[in-house]
Amino acid sequence: MIPAGFEYHRPGDIASAIGILQEYGDEARVIAGGHSLIPMMKLRMAEMGHLVDLQAIEELKGIEVGPDTVTLGAMVTQHELITHSGLAEAIPLIREAALQIADPQVRYMGTVGGNVANGDPGNDMPGLMQCLNASFELSGPDGNRTVAARDFYEAAYFTAREDEEILIRISIPVPGAGVGQAYQKQKRKIGDYATAAAAVMVGNGQASVAMTNLADTPIWSDEASTALAGGDVEGCVAAMLDAIDPVADNRGPVEFKKHVAAVVLRRAIDRAQSRAG
Amino acid sequence: MTDQTLTPEERAANLKGMGCARKRVEDVRFTQGKGNYVDDIKLDGMLFGDFVRSPYAHARVVSVNKEAALALPGVIAVLTAEDLSPLGLHWMPTLAGDKQMVLADGKVLFQGQEVAYVVAEDRYVAADAVELVEVEYEELPVITDPFESLKSDVVLREDLEGQTEGAHGPRKHHNHIFTWEQGDKDATESVLAEADVVAEEMIYYHRTHPCPLETCGCVASMDKVTGKLTLYGTFQAPHAIRTVVSLISGLAEHNIRVISPDIGGGFGNKVGAYAGYVCSVVASIVTGKPVKWVEDRMENLMSTAFARDYWMQGKIAATKDGKITGLWCHTTADHGGFDACADPTKFPAGFMNICTGSYDIPTAYLAVDGVYTNKAPGGVAYRCSFRVTEAAYFIERMIEVLAIKLNMDAAELRRINFIRKDQFPYQSALGWEYDSGDYHTAWDKALKAVNYEGLRAEQAQRIADFKAGKTRKLLGIGLTHFTEIVGAGPVKNCDILGLGMFDSCEIRIHPTGSAIARLGTISQGQGHATTFAQIIASEIGLPADDITLEEGDTDTAPYGLGTYGSRSTPVAGAATAMAARKIRAKAQMIAAYLLEVHDNDVEWDVDRFAVKGAPERFKTMKEIAFAAYNQAIPGLEPGLEAVSYYDPPNMTYPFGAYICVMEIDVDTGEWEVRQFYALDDCGTRINPMIIEGQVHGGVTEALAIAMGQEIAYDDMGNVKTGTLMDFFLPTAWETPNYTTDHTVTPSPHHPIGAKGVGESPNVGGVPAFSNAVHDAFRHFGLVQSHMPHDHWRIWKIANGLGMHG
Repeated sequence: MIPAGFEYHRPGDIASAIGILQEYGDEARVIAGGHSLIPMMKLRMAEMGHLVDLQAIEELKGIEVGPDTVTLGAMVTQHELITHSGLAEAIPLIREAALQIADPQVRYMGTVGGNVANGDPGNDMPGLMQCLNASFELSGPDGNRTVAARDFYEAAYFTAREDEEILIRISIPVPGAGVGQAYQKQKRKIGDYATAAAAVMVGNGQASVAMTNLADTPIWSDEASTALAGGDVEGCVAAMLDAIDPVADNRGPVEFKKHVAAVVLRRAIDRAQSRAG
Repeated sequence: MTDQTLTPEERAANLKGMGCARKRVEDVRFTQGKGNYVDDIKLDGMLFGDFVRSPYAHARVVSVNKEAALALPGVIAVLTAEDLSPLGLHWMPTLAGDKQMVLADGKVLFQGQEVAYVVAEDRYVAADAVELVEVEYEELPVITDPFESLKSDVVLREDLEGQTEGAHGPRKHHNHIFTWEQGDKDATESVLAEADVVAEEMIYYHRTHPCPLETCGCVASMDKVTGKLTLYGTFQAPHAIRTVVSLISGLAEHNIRVISPDIGGGFGNKVGAYAGYVCSVVASIVTGKPVKWVEDRMENLMSTAFARDYWMQGKIAATKDGKITGLWCHTTADHGGFDACADPTKFPAGFMNICTGSYDIPTAYLAVDGVYTNKAPGGVAYRCSFRVTEAAYFIERMIEVLAIKLNMDAAELRRINFIRKDQFPYQSALGWEYDSGDYHTAWDKALKAVNYEGLRAEQAQRIADFKAGKTRKLLGIGLTHFTEIVGAGPVKNCDILGLGMFDSCEIRIHPTGSAIARLGTISQGQGHATTFAQIIASEIGLPADDITLEEGDTDTAPYGLGTYGSRSTPVAGAATAMAARKIRAKAQMIAAYLLEVHDNDVEWDVDRFAVKGAPERFKTMKEIAFAAYNQAIPGLEPGLEAVSYYDPPNMTYPFGAYICVMEIDVDTGEWEVRQFYALDDCGTRINPMIIEGQVHGGVTEALAIAMGQEIAYDDMGNVKTGTLMDFFLPTAWETPNYTTDHTVTPSPHHPIGAKGVGESPNVGGVPAFSNAVHDAFRHFGLVQSHMPHDHWRIWKIANGLGMHG
């Protein structure tokens, strides 16, 4: 658990950070909260010559709650997501999910940007952001661009982000009044990835459904969402079971995971419906 | 208020002696980050060791190329078996009569095995150099299943080829280690043949790991000027380590000083000797500099001693009304690549022959076959006396299996088979003499405390509701009545590497009436400095707060066999009381001299000797202590100190009744412990608060083991659970509330009647949790399902019983 040597960079603004990425290419990686990257470095499964720490960049911080849109800086921690009262009021789903990530010590350090940008299928925020139809703002040498969360994930640890880009901001449309939301997660213990997790929004004739850690990317299903919007819970579950592709691991075999995925999804839908206005 | 106006009860309370819930004196430093652990030790010029480990579970080591590693600046040496071989240190003896490679000698037998040892000036450089050592392997067929191993042509231990005799008798196969038999085989088989009812089941206790928060490590420091080696380490048995180091290194024992500083949990993991210790000592002797080695979490889980991995085939015979007539057990024990169990020499399967449990079973037979596989060595007593958790789990599952067969309530089945109070001392069919017990009283108290009948009624309603589709949750009631065997042990039959398993205490009273006591044991969190001072306080009438306790430095402490197997209180605690009594005997003579009466005319009164019939004429222990140093007393040497080496006449047999009430979600396999009641009888209770803490910790480890904690391997022998993501270590979140309770049945042969408690909660807790899971599904047809009961395995039970529609 001793990492290999690296150069440490601590730029003060986004442009400088991108400059470092351009200069060192593959050799450089950005670090936010470090809760995915540092363990990988200690295991020597991730080795890089240059570590670019984003914590001194003020532009990456802060939560803005507007009437239609919530904006989260990439370096906002899970702890800040949990304790921000305006955010909890606007989109309670975010707080509910963040409380189910790891433990308080991890949440003090872990960031929303790191969670969504890393592309780890075990992370909770990517599925959540797909459910919420968030969009990710990326900044690179050629300027800024926006990618929908639902288009961002390509495979485990592979995303639409280019090597020299940094995810700087997340924009989330505020769901209308009357939309019920729920995040349901089954895990073996505190600190574990989900055996299965579901993010659900339903109400006002609309619905959105995404699931976590049941494929090599988060799974948002148009078909499942449409079925649920029409009140067809079993159709929604069936569509989602078609879309997921879990693999066996220490949490259990595929058959178990599919069964639990359906149970977790139904429970999330129940809770979301009970909260719909 | 002067001393004279205090009542005896008040004076006794001021001592904070036995029975007092005294706060742990250790916690002042632990809670302020002032503990001193091995990794806190920093010596001038200290070097760092790190291992190159095998990625394969079974492979030939074709070559090791050190060149690139040695070329890295800061690297001092890279040791391989070739380097250790001239010293005869490339192999080392195990505690079980086998030998074990220190560094891979031609082949590796488990994933994570030590192949080369890098020594560098800097911890980071050592890790970098490990990456640069090039090892060429040639993979060999891997065996992870002990039953396959006994059928396989693949020879795991080529060094033993042709040896048909092992340390514990004949070997039946090249992958077989020993057969150990106890009891009467023929008689048991005829009881089984003639019985009204026989229940048969395979009970598997999976492979897990003690996983102390602090991993294993050491700092070896050879002083070339004095010729003295100081070895700091996470040793549960520092004195035995000193002797072992002397025997295998050839250094004279007086030139070796072993120090166990603060230890962050042991649970059996820190009893044995590891390659890291040997390599660090060699590196320090060669370089003349201190060398530190501390393993990381993955290394700890993968390579240092595991626990359990017992396949226990059982048959239990009974009359049709439930009286047990016989017990038969054949165990296949997976020991991994080397037999490195930490058991007393004559007990290759530990005290597995306590497997008749709390029951009066007239006829029994036990056989254990030890087997080599391509897994890490070990088989230590993880928070239990040697193999006692295995034995308790076995009998407590077999009782449940028999209850199903008889269609009887499992609480009642236990009650009618308990050894009765009037049968103690009780001779068990497998050779033990149980010292004392009152099982019926404990059992009735436990059942009443949880309202057992009410729980069964609630469960019946729940089953009806489930069948009616009103709920998807089941209720399980897990029962356990366990009997432990701890306090190893009598020198006549208990030794480790030929060292008798006595223990020791030395007490020195200072002139002003305070004291220091040193023991041959070593606390790893048990609170010895708190509790042993309480024994002394009660025995010699000096306040516990005025008594310093010291352990773990072999230059100062008397020789002892260390702390594991709940042996500290039964053995060293007895030595402490006996040493204190020697002091009190001399104090009596001093008091009599000072009071100008005959020795027999004074009597002990809490903290003083008083003249018989004239209680106002007395000398307190403080006064006596001073007199011991400033008076010339005819016929007495000055000073006041004593040492006692205690060879226990018997083991002690703590027992308890545990009941777990668990809610189980059949659709997800999730569980919740709604209630856990733990009644412990550990004989005389020295510190109720420490006992309660021990029970909380032990039950939590039991929860972990029963509900998810395992060392799992894939078919290639890769460890699948090498991090705390997959290896279940409960946090406060997963830990339920416990209710503790007790009865007190003192040990008749122990000086203060104490039996030991640290391991009872693990021994009793595991079957309580497991039985709760089984009990929830009993009424739907489940008989046996192996631990750990994690979500998917519980789900699999429900699925197999057709509960998912």
